[in-house]
Amino acid sequence: MTAIVQFENVGLRYGFGGETLSDLNFSLEQGSFYFLTGASGAGKTSLLKLLYLAQRPSRGAIHLFGTDIVTMARTRLPGFRRRIGVVFQDFRLVPHLSAYDNVALPLRIAGVSDAQLKTPVEEMLHWVGLTDRAHALPATLSGGEQQRVAIARAVIGRPELLVADEPTGNVDMEMANRLITLFEALNKLGTTIVVATHDFNLLGKVANARMMRLDEGKLVDPTGALRYPPRAPAAPDLPKW
Amino acid sequence: MVSAPTMDSVIPKGSANDRLLPQGRLAGPMPWIVAIMIFLTVLACAAGIALGEGAAGMRDAVANRLTIQVTEADAARRDALVPRIRSAIARLPGVGRVTVAPQEELVRQLEPWLGADAAAAEIPIPALIDVDLSVEGQAGDATRAKVAEAVAAITPEARVEPHAAYIAPVAALVRTIGWIALAIVALMAVATSFVVVLAARGAHATHRGTIEVMHMLGATDGQVMRLFQRRMTRDISFGSIVGLVAAGAVILLVGRSIRLLAGDLMGSIALPWWGWVVLPILPIAFIGVAWFAARLTLQSALSRSL
Repeated sequence: MTAIVQFENVGLRYGFGGETLSDLNFSLEQGSFYFLTGASGAGKTSLLKLLYLAQRPSRGAIHLFGTDIVTMARTRLPGFRRRIGVVFQDFRLVPHLSAYDNVALPLRIAGVSDAQLKTPVEEMLHWVGLTDRAHALPATLSGGEQQRVAIARAVIGRPELLVADEPTGNVDMEMANRLITLFEALNKLGTTIVVATHDFNLLGKVANARMMRLDEGKLVDPTGALRYPPRAPAAPDLPKW
Repeated sequence: MVSAPTMDSVIPKGSANDRLLPQGRLAGPMPWIVAIMIFLTVLACAAGIALGEGAAGMRDAVANRLTIQVTEADAARRDALVPRIRSAIARLPGVGRVTVAPQEELVRQLEPWLGADAAAAEIPIPALIDVDLSVEGQAGDATRAKVAEAVAAITPEARVEPHAAYIAPVAALVRTIGWIALAIVALMAVATSFVVVLAARGAHATHRGTIEVMHMLGATDGQVMRLFQRRMTRDISFGSIVGLVAAGAVILLVGRSIRLLAGDLMGSIALPWWGWVVLPILPIAFIGVAWFAARLTLQSALSRSL
């Protein structure tokens, strides 16, 4: 399997404080499904920020899609970001845009015409159950609805890598199952998925999903399956919590 | 779903993309600040041009004119000198019209100060001879010198006074005021640029969240800048048109008042035809300056993010 992401001795610190992430060495295989877990403050969101190119590491090397993105000129970053879908923990919907326009935003940025994007946006809204809320502003949507809009926005461009930070945190179990099913469907189409979650119920719902656990900024990887270069080719079993 | 797009694509023009930034900018202060600045700038520019033209007009009107004052106290001798002087200088090359101011007219003009019996009281009133030269420049200077020589040869009791000598300080003052007005135009351009820079920074700060999201979704700096520039150009254009129209109305009204009320000197202060061509160019130039200032500001702000 090809590694879509490789971290080598990566560390991240904010300002002059201590390292939030330390000595991260792992690779993510193309087309795989990963759950990222860990206690609050363990560094999950920071690791995801490195993955979706919102931060550069303080040290170490990161290769994304086979390219060193640490030393890459910032003018080249948008091209890589368009290959990544992101579900932010705080949704980050554009407040003055309707649900429809928020979902359409990645396609508009990519230059897709209004006529071309209408069908995929409507399909996506239908899939997340928000067809009748298409023209509602985010402020008028419930937390769960906002989260579904954020997820629809993240996946509509069919990204090669999908990074989701607590994507089911504000939805009921039924909707959580539907969203995980959507992620699985995307995964089967070749998208590499990384989902940060506290919800242990989710961990068993995806067959062949791999586990990454962060503890105080360090990756806990007892099997070494995530290590780059890998020490063991097989995916680890889900840990017993 | 749609396949991954290319990097070359840009945000197409259209209402959907205009919605990426909140509507209603015309309700903010920016267009009105620009309107006021353009209004003042156009007025200052018009004043500068008109005063410059006025100063030139004053110079042209009197530069070739001089007055000979015959100050002989004896009225009989004075009356005898006037035709001699007149005929002597009328023969000189470069001299155009020679006009003797009627004595009755002089008495009438002095009446408010000397009383109705000025002529009868034997107060010596000098005779005045107005001379218009038909040549300018160095030839004019030479002719003025010959006129002075000819007058001096006839009588020492006469003074030759070139009008340009006493109008020169006034013309210089008018010209200086004109330059000050044009300097104000330049300062206004700089101030407008600063206003736009502040507005661009404010807009960037206000929409930082939206910009970050757009960046994370793959928008380039160029795409983000185009959104802001389109909106700011629209606001600035609106303000410029309002300012230009208001200033044009004021210039027309003031110009009409000057034509109705002004004398010979003030009458030369008028906006020439080419001034009406320059004034509408000012807002266009300001829009260009503002566009450039906004672009540099946003570029600098965006480059600080990843």
